[in-house]
Amino acid sequence: MRRILYIIQKEFIQIFRDRTMLPVIFIIPVVQLVVLVYAATLEMKHINMVVVDQDISMTSRRLVSKFEGSPFFFVNQSTFSLKEAEDLITLDKAHVILNIPSGFEKNLLRENHSKVQLQINAINATSAGLTNAYANYVITDFNRRIIAENVNYISPVILKTIDVNYSYWYNPELNYKIYMLPGILVILVTIIGMFLAALNIVREKEMGTIEQINVTPIVKYQFIIGKLFPFWVIAMFEMAFGLTIGKILFNIPMVGNLFLLFGFTSVYLIVALGLGLFVSTLSNTQQQVMFIMFFFMLTFVLLSGIFTPVESMPKWAHYLNFINPYAYFMRVIRMILLKGSGFWDISKEFFSLLIYGAIILSLAVWRYRKTV
Amino acid sequence: MSSPSIRVESVSKSYGETKAVNNISLTVEKGELYGLIGPDGAGKTTLFRMLTSLLVPDSGKAEVEGFDIVNDYKNLRRILGYMPGRFSLYHDLTVEENLAFFATIFGTTIKDNYDLIRDIYIQIEPFKNRKAGKLSGGMKQKLALSCALIHKPEVLFLDEPTTGVDAVSRKEFWEMLKTLQKKGITIMVSTPYMDEAALCDHVALIQKGNILSIDTPEKIRSQYKFPLMRIRTDNMYILPVDLRSFPGSESAYRFGDSVHFSTKEELQHPGLRNFLESKGHHQIEIEKIEPDIEDCFMAFLRNEKREWRNNRL
Repeated sequence: MRRILYIIQKEFIQIFRDRTMLPVIFIIPVVQLVVLVYAATLEMKHINMVVVDQDISMTSRRLVSKFEGSPFFFVNQSTFSLKEAEDLITLDKAHVILNIPSGFEKNLLRENHSKVQLQINAINATSAGLTNAYANYVITDFNRRIIAENVNYISPVILKTIDVNYSYWYNPELNYKIYMLPGILVILVTIIGMFLAALNIVREKEMGTIEQINVTPIVKYQFIIGKLFPFWVIAMFEMAFGLTIGKILFNIPMVGNLFLLFGFTSVYLIVALGLGLFVSTLSNTQQQVMFIMFFFMLTFVLLSGIFTPVESMPKWAHYLNFINPYAYFMRVIRMILLKGSGFWDISKEFFSLLIYGAIILSLAVWRYRKTV
Repeated sequence: MSSPSIRVESVSKSYGETKAVNNISLTVEKGELYGLIGPDGAGKTTLFRMLTSLLVPDSGKAEVEGFDIVNDYKNLRRILGYMPGRFSLYHDLTVEENLAFFATIFGTTIKDNYDLIRDIYIQIEPFKNRKAGKLSGGMKQKLALSCALIHKPEVLFLDEPTTGVDAVSRKEFWEMLKTLQKKGITIMVSTPYMDEAALCDHVALIQKGNILSIDTPEKIRSQYKFPLMRIRTDNMYILPVDLRSFPGSESAYRFGDSVHFSTKEELQHPGLRNFLESKGHHQIEIEKIEPDIEDCFMAFLRNEKREWRNNRL
């Protein structure tokens, strides 16, 4: 026991003596949380729109002004030539073309039916989809008014419509930030836990100090606990620190029990640290660790559902997420913070991670050799 | 002095095709200062790593203080001190922290075993709050030795402790080893410097994983059977080549600022002097000398090569 305590003490001395460590612990979280949460938003505003109004009627102008009034669209160009408008898309000066053919109003009045065309730059499929949705919303709204006006004009019969009432649960304002922040916090805690622990162990190999340690009567488990515990503490601190920043800067909701969240985090960290230890047994230099980590990090983060919902991913991605620790934590942290889930709601993830942690840690301990 | 401290029986270790240690056997008595002498890549470090339980041999058996190096490694690690060839302490910890760390890991304290390391540690104690990475080479070495000794080991393994250390520190270091030996610690030390061999009780000359000879330094020297002389002229560059063409020449090789030359038979200096003059050498100095370990090592190597060539023919 005294040995373990002394190794832990030694690790802390080394960590805090390292001049790059303190910025890593205190500045990276602030920068990541502030910058990424603002930047990683899926809301679209100021979509550049070019209008090709070949009708020049009252109705067409009303439709255009409807778009002008929307906060999502910015009608910055108008032309009479469809060719010219297409060139603007090619030059990336416009994102969407609203094409109103001649006879738009006439057809509407005579045949109760008319057409407009939207041409959207779909290089980024997500933003194209959103543009389409927003534009359709505007046009549908416009359409409803036209119907209402005309119908009333002809016969004063009340239209039978189904009025859809909706409310967004857990995030009523659809605030993207309070959805992103917990996700980024997950990445942050993982980096601190997994990366730093793995790098630290491999550094002992690089410096040759592991050889001196290995000839001592120190036992595997003592060394490993002594190595991992400091990073467990630092990662837990990082979690608290990140949550504080989130509360102060973004006022993220904390509906659930924070003790439950920290309890879950501590189990999650066993998995993260176990993976870090495992990677460190596979590599001999810090560079190798970085490359392996980077590969897993990128794959796991994108699969975890931080940006796009896991439910919309193909079946194999669901299976892959069984071994993706991010996926468990990403789901649970949002559930606890935003929804206020209790232990039984997250018990499946909790016990899965517990088993995962036990497996990966024993694998790592088995791989860790005191001989060279 | 009943059972030996270290007993190695036909131990081999290969890395792929390369035989790093090839069927080596040796015995080190208790309290001996035992030298493992050989050039870089001779297999010294591999042998050390096996004896310190860091490597498992492919074949053969070895015991240190009665503990089998494979099966009894746990007990073995308690009683051995190891100083690897590379400085392997924590650069970012201070001198005192390093020492305290290793003391704690061995379940002891600096205070308990201070008397053993006092002579060495006292020299670096003024810098005990300095980070180990900021020490000079000689001080690093003293700290490493202190850390290897802090748990009162019975056997001390020192892998090339004097490589990269200046001549004065080297001398000091060997004096420290002699003092430690008097305290009853068995010391096995490896070195590429032949001149250090004379300070050991026994030496094993090792080359390419094979042992060339094991004996006391004196005996090894006395086995040298050729007359040996040191020769200096004004044209040192061509001298070894010319000497090899001398009839009855055994060997000629550069040795510091002179050439060591040996002949198969005893011979008279004037004949050699005339020969060298006829080859255009001036200011010729010829001096008969006693062989030292390096000369013996070279002779062993020549023998090896000859045998190898004969075996092929």
